[in-house]
Amino acid sequence: MANVIWTWIAAGLTLAIFSFLYKDNPFYKLAEHIYVGSSAAFWFIYLWYFDVKPKLVDAWVQNTGFEKYILIVPAILAVLMLTRFIPTISWLSRWAIAFTVGMGAGLGITGALQGFLVPQLQATLLPIWVHVSDKFTVNLGYSLNNFILVIGTIATIFYFYFSKEHRGGLGYASKVGITFIMIAFGASFGYTVMARISLLIGRLFFLLHDWLHLV
Amino acid sequence: MNFWERLGRIDRRIIYLVVFLGVIIPILLKVTFKVEPMREVKQAYEEVEKLPPGSAVMISIDYDASSMPELQPMLVAILEHCFKKDLKVIMLGHWPLGLPLGQIALDKVAKKYGKVYGKDYVFLGFRPGVAAVMINLGKEIRQVFNSDYKGTPIDSLPVMQNIHNYNDIGILIGLEAGSTGDMWVQFAQARYNAKIILGATAVVAPDLYPYLQANQIVGLIGGLRGAADYESLVHVLGPAYLGMPAQTTIHVLVVILIILGNLGYFATRRRK
Repeated sequence: MANVIWTWIAAGLTLAIFSFLYKDNPFYKLAEHIYVGSSAAFWFIYLWYFDVKPKLVDAWVQNTGFEKYILIVPAILAVLMLTRFIPTISWLSRWAIAFTVGMGAGLGITGALQGFLVPQLQATLLPIWVHVSDKFTVNLGYSLNNFILVIGTIATIFYFYFSKEHRGGLGYASKVGITFIMIAFGASFGYTVMARISLLIGRLFFLLHDWLHLV
Repeated sequence: MNFWERLGRIDRRIIYLVVFLGVIIPILLKVTFKVEPMREVKQAYEEVEKLPPGSAVMISIDYDASSMPELQPMLVAILEHCFKKDLKVIMLGHWPLGLPLGQIALDKVAKKYGKVYGKDYVFLGFRPGVAAVMINLGKEIRQVFNSDYKGTPIDSLPVMQNIHNYNDIGILIGLEAGSTGDMWVQFAQARYNAKIILGATAVVAPDLYPYLQANQIVGLIGGLRGAADYESLVHVLGPAYLGMPAQTTIHVLVVILIILGNLGYFATRRRK
């Protein structure tokens, strides 16, 4: 029975959100406010039960010695972050922000170098002529793929080279680069259309299958 | 006002109605057609297929309800595959709002295959600090998750015996609606050489292809189409597979609208 009630509530809220396609109305506003309110409440509960309580409150109660007293540092940083709400001492929040930014930058830089830049550079170092097993015949398909990948990468890098005016050879290379960028944008746009339609399909499937039992 | 000008000023709600009909009619008529799985989805399927029974698969729920239509069918199909092959499933998530979705799918598919919680699968839940969580999972899972979603100590669960870090995980599958997939690659694959499959919404998928090309991930399941491919590979025809005819109809419609829009633009520009 509970499932039926929740399905009806979900169907009603879906239709209320869809009603915005016609024009703004109180049903849409109601559904929007319920969504924002419930999401905020959910986040609040989660952050308390999975973050503050186990990592700070419970850890303080359970630990002893250094492991207990080191918790004072993050607790102070957390309080400092809240000083942003008091204009006269809001500058204190910069210490907490500095800690977060420093940690984020450290993780981000090493992660980006180790996990993105170096492996992606390695993956671009490809043979333009790919031989099949007999070492005399060229595999045209793979060779063409590798050629496009290498040219696309180099030309796109040229497009983002702004220290010299894009004229002559650099101009041609950057034009090739922008062509590759446009193709990438086109692919992303196509995928985005697909994603949005998928969401509509999902919701309509829910209405027809779970709610109305028509399919 | 000529035809093109009239077309250019068409009420957008008429287009919404046409799109609505384009989606609803194929679903109501239960139109289906054969899906030929894409290479990257086949790769993902084969990597899971290669795992011997009893291997552990870690699944990360990195999405929430807003991406549910694309990623939930993908999750269900993957779970079907894992349980059919008697693989252990260790589920966790980096998007707290998505955890109930993971739980729903896990309970549903586990029940279908008669799997027992704690013995065949476990739901670890969420811990804050995405990068720190991923890095510490590579050292010792217990450093991050000493208890499961319900607070049961994981050492008391048989499924977690001898599973300590990525070395003990056969494959890691991230279901992504944002940038968490990049972090899995940066912190789990690059640092610990974890074998990763990423399933992603269609918006995110294009950004993940470079990882596939560089062999940083071993499979990619993109969008509803990817989910439909995986469903067809595991022979469980779910909502993604059934949604493909509607998707195709709308794609044709969008192409026609783009062509008409461009023709109209050039025709009216010439008149001016």
